[in-house]
Amino acid sequence: MAHVAFFAIAAIAVASALGLVMRPNAIHGALFLVVNLGSVAALYLMLGAEFLAAAQVIVYAGAIMVLFVFAIMVLIPGKEESGPDPRRGARILALPVGGLLLLLLVFVVAARWNTPRGALVPNGSAAAVGRLLFTSYLFPFELTSVLLLAAMVGVLLLARRRA
Amino acid sequence: MVPESYYVALSAVLFSIGVVGVVIRRNPLVIFMSIELMLNAANLALVAFGQRIGNLDGQAVVFFVMAVAAAEVAVGLAIIVTIFRVRRRLSVDDLSLMRW
Repeated sequence: MAHVAFFAIAAIAVASALGLVMRPNAIHGALFLVVNLGSVAALYLMLGAEFLAAAQVIVYAGAIMVLFVFAIMVLIPGKEESGPDPRRGARILALPVGGLLLLLLVFVVAARWNTPRGALVPNGSAAAVGRLLFTSYLFPFELTSVLLLAAMVGVLLLARRRA
Repeated sequence: MVPESYYVALSAVLFSIGVVGVVIRRNPLVIFMSIELMLNAANLALVAFGQRIGNLDGQAVVFFVMAVAAAEVAVGLAIIVTIFRVRRRLSVDDLSLMRW
């Protein structure tokens, strides 16, 4: 039963990723990416990472994708990817190179297929992850807030209209 | 119970699709979305391996990756919008100079 669910979700994830890469329309790509992020959230749930599944839906599929769709709407007059491709050869070469990369990744991962299983199965509830974040990872957590502040100031500076 | 190796294999597939997307597309927004796809694939591998060895540190790292991705998207989209304002076109092939 779990296998059926996994393969169904994995098929949706791969199909939507291919849709993002193949479709010429950027807004279709954004919607495909939402589907992909949602299916990965479902996989997090299957792995027992409940907090991350919720954060994935809220932060990625919610906030980040709204930002993307907004930017696409602002930039929609940008005539992109029309006309002949000036670097067609290099881009055709990308497909075999991507296949090679996939082979390499599977090869590397296959060497770790039989990592010894840990003694206990962690539960990814908000309480457990929160306790970890506010004890062992307290300093990186605070650094994250500084990073987000810096990003916000930087974006304001970039987006300001030059007089 | 699905073995964790399946999740890692899926994450390798998604990462490769993201790499191909970054190389073959010309629209910087789509390239950006492909980068998000790759980040997401790496997150999936982190959670799967963390589950396998039985601790929560992988999930904490994924949380930080999400925060950094949010900051990165905000700054990157602001840069793309600024470039579009100057150039009125949107193709990465035009952007081969650091300044103009």
